[in-house]
Amino acid sequence: MANVPVYEWSLLEAARAVREKRISSRELTGAILARIEALDPKVHAYITVLREAASAQAAACDEEQAKGTVRGPFHGVPIGLKDIFCTRGVRTTCGSRILHDFLPPYDACVTEKVLAAGAVVPGKQNMDEFAMGSSTETSFFGPTRNPWDLSRIPGGSSGGTAAAVAAAMCFAGVGTDTGGSIRQPASLCGVVGVKPTYGRVSRYGMVAFASSLDQAGPIARSVADAAALLGAIAGYDRRDSTCVDLPVPDYLAAVERPVKGLRVGLPKEYYEGGGLSADVRAAVERALKVLTDQGAEVVEVSLPHTEYALSTYYLIAPAEASSNLARYDGVRYGYRAEGATGLIEMMSRTRAEGFGDEVKRRVMIGTYALSAGYYEAFYGKAQKVRTLIRDDFTKAFKAVDVLLTPTAPTAAFRLGEKTGDPLTMYLSDIYTIPCNLAGIPGISVPCGVSADRLPVGAQLLADSFREETLFTAAGAIERALPWRRVAPVEG
Amino acid sequence: MAFETVIGLEVHAQLSTKSKIFCACPATFGAAPNENTCPVCTGMPGALPVLNRKAVEFTIRTALATSCAVQRRSVFARKNYFYPDLPKAYQISQYELPIALGGHVDIEVDGGTKRIGITRIHMEEDAGKLVHEGEFAGSQSSLADLNRCSVPLMEIVSEPDMRTPEEGGAYLRRLRDILVYLGVCDGNMEEGSFRCDANVSVRPVGQEAFGTKVELKNMNSFRNVEKALEYEIRRQVGEIGDGGKIVQETRLWDVNAGVTVSMRRKEEAHDYRYFPDPDLLPLVVDDSWVEELRATIPEMPAEKVARLGRRYGIPRYDAEILASSRALADFFEASAALYGGNPKTTANECVHWKDAVLAGTLSPETIAHAAEDRERGTISATASKKLVELVLSTGKPFRTLRDEQGLTQVSDTSALDAIVEKVIASSPKEVETYRAGKAGILSFFVGQVMKESRGKANPKVVQEVLKKRLGG
Amino acid sequence: MAITREEVLHVARLARLAMSGDEADRLGGQLSAILDYVRQLDRLDTRDVVPTSHAIETGTPFRDDAVEPFGDREALLSNAPDRRDDCFRVPRIIED
Ligand SMILES: [Mg+2]
Ligand SMILES: [Zn+2]
Repeated sequence: MANVPVYEWSLLEAARAVREKRISSRELTGAILARIEALDPKVHAYITVLREAASAQAAACDEEQAKGTVRGPFHGVPIGLKDIFCTRGVRTTCGSRILHDFLPPYDACVTEKVLAAGAVVPGKQNMDEFAMGSSTETSFFGPTRNPWDLSRIPGGSSGGTAAAVAAAMCFAGVGTDTGGSIRQPASLCGVVGVKPTYGRVSRYGMVAFASSLDQAGPIARSVADAAALLGAIAGYDRRDSTCVDLPVPDYLAAVERPVKGLRVGLPKEYYEGGGLSADVRAAVERALKVLTDQGAEVVEVSLPHTEYALSTYYLIAPAEASSNLARYDGVRYGYRAEGATGLIEMMSRTRAEGFGDEVKRRVMIGTYALSAGYYEAFYGKAQKVRTLIRDDFTKAFKAVDVLLTPTAPTAAFRLGEKTGDPLTMYLSDIYTIPCNLAGIPGISVPCGVSADRLPVGAQLLADSFREETLFTAAGAIERALPWRRVAPVEG
Repeated sequence: MAFETVIGLEVHAQLSTKSKIFCACPATFGAAPNENTCPVCTGMPGALPVLNRKAVEFTIRTALATSCAVQRRSVFARKNYFYPDLPKAYQISQYELPIALGGHVDIEVDGGTKRIGITRIHMEEDAGKLVHEGEFAGSQSSLADLNRCSVPLMEIVSEPDMRTPEEGGAYLRRLRDILVYLGVCDGNMEEGSFRCDANVSVRPVGQEAFGTKVELKNMNSFRNVEKALEYEIRRQVGEIGDGGKIVQETRLWDVNAGVTVSMRRKEEAHDYRYFPDPDLLPLVVDDSWVEELRATIPEMPAEKVARLGRRYGIPRYDAEILASSRALADFFEASAALYGGNPKTTANECVHWKDAVLAGTLSPETIAHAAEDRERGTISATASKKLVELVLSTGKPFRTLRDEQGLTQVSDTSALDAIVEKVIASSPKEVETYRAGKAGILSFFVGQVMKESRGKANPKVVQEVLKKRLGG
Repeated sequence: MAITREEVLHVARLARLAMSGDEADRLGGQLSAILDYVRQLDRLDTRDVVPTSHAIETGTPFRDDAVEPFGDREALLSNAPDRRDDCFRVPRIIED
């Protein structure tokens, strides 16, 4: 570790170093803040950098540790938060103008858990507006750039978090995933991202996009780091009615388990379409070879309704979003349009001026899909197809332990490349969306590079609450295909 | 042409829980603006609802008391619309799958019983309060107080089974009695914890199809509901009589003018875009829970009136007063159990001291002793009242006070003889009048004897002794 | 299926989004394309399929009826764009 810069340490190394008093939280935090200062003007991974608050937190951690108190497993270690998690008294924007000045009156459950684990929060990370996007280009605060190639997007919607982790502007971060928003940017930024089982992590205080699909999860530079961070944020919370009361296993212990005998399914529909680029296919095949070389068994499976997942998602998510985002009406918080003469005009102009194009587009689709005369044909239909998609997975997991697929059809694309055509952009999430519809867990782990030397991730999916299987398989791939973890950031 | 009226009623009853339906804020009235709010009920980004078990139990008990079928699985939906008193811009309510379906309530009409059907009962959250600054018409702005947001409500929808305003009033009173009996709602119409909207239409007698219905709102007492219905029926019949047509609309009852007024119709029809709330899972109620709650259902008012009459032989009028409150009826039964004499005497005492009984300041012992002493003639009616008042002010037992105050009535004829002799001796004129056949003057002698005895004589006994002594 | 300008404007009104005619036309084109795409679901026979609203199959949990005041009204009110005393102030409600 001697010749590796402090900011490049893994989350677990940094935590151990603080615990063993080989480094102070102030030094660790200082290194991260300096890194942010140097690189973030180029990358723009943060919406809000909490220089003073983080320094004060670090000082308090050091003081406590001197007295023998350790808050938790990440005592004194900087961990970033996507700007979708409410932080009491600290601006939380969700990447939107409509919340540009919002100071939450409370902490999200994830915020509480990250703080209770002892972490220092260096800042709130950039994201697509209300998590609607696959490139972080819809953020009101401007796009984040991919640290591996600044002309490219980092993926999205948790693009700020993935980029910050890849560029070592934090040791790990927590993002959210509604249709791939953790896994797709993790893949494009060459880091590990986990979408846990629906109900595994509390949604309390996480600004809602599509409530039946949203889940928070870790983004980190190693499988072990991601496993440890998930262990800290998972668990029952009585404030979220959809949070499941099940014990949290020792995820870290699963990372080094052998994969011998593991049944790996290859869903043929994921490899058939024309959208999958050859280099991504090759990288995923290398990951498969790692598993089979170590004694895993390959099973070809079929998820016959895969081709309907995107349509299903683009009805259910906007419908829920149209209702979830109705509260941004200029009455209690956030942006309000000036000079309106009546209530309806105030609300309509507030929302027209406060939301960006992608958000408005989805609110419109969702409102339409729920409106009188269209409900059954659109929303009702999508809910039924959702059942068929779930049933596909239930059937598949009778035959296999884990499914291996690409995370995204291509490596990172260029800024502006897909902003003109919403449907093309939506196709970026074609492999990640079914997982959210089924509620099952998924992980993206780096497995190679594209022809342009850009990171490529493999996606693993398991049955509900089988995150351990994901960590075992991903751990094996990571060990066999070592990957330069920190992006060089050259631009 | 003769017309028949068709009335259906929708009641919104506030459930008497301590906390709100989806958050832990107090559900009480009268707090300072926005004092009873939190991130959940003010619709802060990221806040989530969690269902109050008590609110569910209260609704299930109401369903059982009105013979509804409790649904083992019901679903909370979002009713989407924008308004500044609705922070999330949707109301969480039950729509397609409510918690209870298909019950009824029996009302008394013209000496008979009529069954009014209940279509459904569902749970939902209340909205906040808007105060308009200045006169409403010229108001430049409004102020939102969100204290009431997410206060638990139960909506009870009747079948269109009522034919007169009186039936409507009887149904509402009966329904309120049931809710108050169950302890699930305080029934206060003025404060809005028991609100009623009415759907009313008229049709020519003999016609099968319903006429166009009008929704009436803003009636905050039983009397106002009846008056509004009476007015609206007259208006509709008049309109049709003049060759006009009834427009489907919402009308507000103007209590001062005594008329219903059309609400200006909205430019666009409402489209609430209901869909199942993804933040809440289905409400699952199992049989054992329902049975547990069924065991807590008390006797309902109508059954109680009948049973009190049967068991104690008291008049229906008394039984109705006693059964108007569960506490009063319980008190009466406890008192009657302590004193085995004529229950009518005990009932009279309970009715007389109703307020004190309901205030919880009297014990059944006091009433039992008062009834017993009255019936035995040990004390006079005046003394009895005075003694109960003393019990209330001093807290001492009734009989201790009776003996201390020396208020025992003299019923022993030998003790009265001397006084009677004295009164007769000092009133020769009145004796003559009496003996001349003016029996009415007897009350003069009774009064004199009572005066001489300083109220301790038993007037009944005095009367008998006098009659005997004066001869008939 | 092409969505008319009027339909777009009607949905925009329901969603409280102020919108110009030009904007409605542009959005109408995009919405039509998306709705055409999702119409592929019509190919599936779902007559006997139960809809999925949640990925979880248990009943909703309950909270006990206990009061826990939030205790920081100021934090709830301080974000208000317009505030009078301890209330949220909004422009007049024009009903027409
Ligand atoms: Mg209602
Ligand atoms: Zn509350």
